[in-house]
Amino acid sequence: MATVEERSAEAGARKFPDWDSRRYRYYQPIGRKATLYEDVTVDVQPDPDRYLLQGWIISFADGTPAYSPTRTRLKSSDWHAYRAPDEEWERPHYQRQSAIVRMIQQAVANGRAQGAVSRFDRDWVHILQNHFSASKHAEYGMGIALMSGQRDGMTQMINNSILVNASYKLRYAQDITLYLADIAPDLNGALDEAQGKEHWMNDELWQPTRALVETVLAATDHLEQYFAINIVVEPMILELFRSGFIAQAAALHGDFLTPTVVSAAEADYTRNMVNTVTLMRLMAKDPVHGTHNQGVMAEWLDHYLPLAQNAAQHLQPIWSLPRMKVHGFQDAYQTAVSRVNTLLAEIGLDGNGGENS
Amino acid sequence: MATSLSKITAQRGISLAEATRRIADLGWLPTYAQQALKYPTDYKFVKAPRDPMKQVLRSYFPMQEEKDNRVYGALDAGLRGNMFRSVEPRWIEWMKLFLAIIPFPEISAARSMAIEANVVPGHDLRTGYTMQMVDELRHSTIQMNLKKWYMENYIDPSGFDITEAAFGKCYATTIGRQFGEGFITGDAITATNIYLQVVAETAFTNTLFVAMPSEAARNGDYALPTVFLSVQSDESRHIGNGHSTLMAVLNEPDNHLLLERDIRYAFWQNHAIVDAAIGTIIEYGTKDRRKDKESYAELWQRWIFDDYYRSYLLPLEKYGLKIHHDDVQAAWDRIIKKDYVHYVAQFFSAGWPVNFWRIDPLDERDFEWFEYKYPGWYKKFGAWWENYRKLSKRGNPPIVWADTGYVYPHRCWSCLVPCLIREDMVVDEVDGQLYTYCSEQCRWTHKVAFASEYEGRPTPAMGRFSGRRQWEEVYHGWDLADVIKDLGFVRTDGRTLVPQPHLEFDEREMWTLDDVRGYELRSPLVDLRQMTPEDRERHIAEYRKGFTVHKV
Repeated sequence: MATVEERSAEAGARKFPDWDSRRYRYYQPIGRKATLYEDVTVDVQPDPDRYLLQGWIISFADGTPAYSPTRTRLKSSDWHAYRAPDEEWERPHYQRQSAIVRMIQQAVANGRAQGAVSRFDRDWVHILQNHFSASKHAEYGMGIALMSGQRDGMTQMINNSILVNASYKLRYAQDITLYLADIAPDLNGALDEAQGKEHWMNDELWQPTRALVETVLAATDHLEQYFAINIVVEPMILELFRSGFIAQAAALHGDFLTPTVVSAAEADYTRNMVNTVTLMRLMAKDPVHGTHNQGVMAEWLDHYLPLAQNAAQHLQPIWSLPRMKVHGFQDAYQTAVSRVNTLLAEIGLDGNGGENS
Repeated sequence: MATSLSKITAQRGISLAEATRRIADLGWLPTYAQQALKYPTDYKFVKAPRDPMKQVLRSYFPMQEEKDNRVYGALDAGLRGNMFRSVEPRWIEWMKLFLAIIPFPEISAARSMAIEANVVPGHDLRTGYTMQMVDELRHSTIQMNLKKWYMENYIDPSGFDITEAAFGKCYATTIGRQFGEGFITGDAITATNIYLQVVAETAFTNTLFVAMPSEAARNGDYALPTVFLSVQSDESRHIGNGHSTLMAVLNEPDNHLLLERDIRYAFWQNHAIVDAAIGTIIEYGTKDRRKDKESYAELWQRWIFDDYYRSYLLPLEKYGLKIHHDDVQAAWDRIIKKDYVHYVAQFFSAGWPVNFWRIDPLDERDFEWFEYKYPGWYKKFGAWWENYRKLSKRGNPPIVWADTGYVYPHRCWSCLVPCLIREDMVVDEVDGQLYTYCSEQCRWTHKVAFASEYEGRPTPAMGRFSGRRQWEEVYHGWDLADVIKDLGFVRTDGRTLVPQPHLEFDEREMWTLDDVRGYELRSPLVDLRQMTPEDRERHIAEYRKGFTVHKV
């Protein structure tokens, strides 16, 4: 009878050709060694230009294959060059999302236990009810657009970045919804949860934002959506409102909880923004298609930036609503414009930016 | 009486039903710009589906993180317990094939949620689709990680190390690509709801992700069950999504004809593809020959026939839907009476030089088990496996080129599994071109279902079969050694083959390119198309008669 050693199937139990070939060897890592993110991501979505010997074998009725570069106006000489700087795959994604969920739940539970919610300034509660709550629909719309967008990228790395972006946006939209539902009982009827949607749908302040969000949703080019959301809509509208207003004004009105909820969205955006900038920079600097891509992105900017600027200006009256003011709209707006310009410079689209560029 | 912490900290909150109602209210009907339907469908909706699971993302993420912690903890435990000292190499070798295929259907399912959310009205089920989207990212990357773990710890990493490249090139994985591409192309509802959720996930993940892990554990592999039972725990959510969407689709009588078409296509193709792969791996990848263990046929009866057909498909008839009972019976007959799985295993072993995994020869214990579970098996397949064992030694011709009586099969244009049940092979023309099919159902799938019209009704959204679907056609007339080199199935010494027809971990016993040079690969379909009508008719009649293998 064979001994344990003789029948062992452990690595190194025998030496023969490739007994020690213990790295995925079909792709070139970006760094000296492959990262775990690369190993579980690269080439999982095949490509006829790499290993897909027989090409795509089911097509749409018009002949478009399962994945087609025609689904975006951007062109690439190597779609596979992109790696997400946040290196997100399933495990870190769940870890991060769970950490956020727990952070918010603990903060809200503690705040409520201390009776903090009942001490919120009543005017501020109205702002939360009408405007913070309205913003959840904008966040949700962006999540839905990204969920749709993750279908079409030419590589797994691109689609994964868009997918986790969708997951973050949809979680945050739910964070706001359930946060307001959680604190509403402590406000004894002072917070009408239906008002957020009412303002989103009918308040003149929010209509240009809603038009912008619906315009992004109506786009069929997934990279256009990814660009519009993280280079234009986030900084000009969503970050402007979250960090430029809510996070600044809440504490003065006895509210230390809402900034906790908002802070998660800002951390999410930082990651998604860096991913987007990295991808768009690759496109803008593509050795073959760079000039074309810069032209396309400039067109997207021409389309979305004025809509966003107009939408931002329409939100201005919200900055006048709190009883105590800390940070005027113009300051916040200039920060947003400056943010867009920084992003455009990072991408290599200098000179295409906001009002002050 | 002690007071519990939860009693002290309890706070008023909203019910889960209230939470999901509020979340569903995040959506609205756009008025400034209409969202384009990026993906076409011929289905109509008169009502939006409801969310049966009533879950919210804030409970989803921590639950999934906890599941992950258990999975990764178990992988660590597997190493600490020296799993690879006692695991059966016969089993792990088949994981090179299985784990090369499965991440692609998984990530395709994530893409599929984009399509489904795009065409299905309402926002109730969006959270369900979102969770499924993230679940599928989980499955894809957790499986890639498992494969890497095998590669790092198993005695022969070759085949794992080229996994995604091999997936794109292998004659066997092309079958898996047909499966995964089915989730993301063609009619949006056909692909996402019927093919993926209603059939693949509701029926066939049970054999994929429950029956197969059981077999893994019997072979000393505790990693695969840990990962895949965790994956399967997500599937119940997807089954819920699928059923709820199906109920919304059913609500419109105009959809019934298309539903009947799609359930038929999806059931048959899932059967043809999943049963081929998983049946072979469970039956031929195991060393456990206990006779009280269920065979694949018995598993199929439990999971597919009883649990799915009788409990899920049949009740759909009360909504006026026509279910193809005859197809379920035909699939059952293919498994139990027509030796479908055994012919597939024979085909995979015939093709060993162009695999990227090893196939262990069967031994007497295997023969006895097969004969016990499938009486008459040895008479039909014994000679083949005796030959395989004998010819697995270097210096022999690869078994397909040996004089055994075996006839290399035609490939089915539809499911891409070869036409292995010879008497059932069908030949037909579509748009003036000749094709071969494994069955009447697969002929119907290509010619009737995947067309621009179905029973007089225009179906402009339905997909089309495309690309170089027949793997053999790519290498028609090539020398076998050149094929293997082109596939990249050569080890880094530039001569030793990745695939081997045995489990000898000894360089002297391992086949090299020199051992496989001088054998020409041909595409039966190309040859068939080039025949005169008379020769073709004779060839088809001969093919349908089958073959008899004799011992070499």
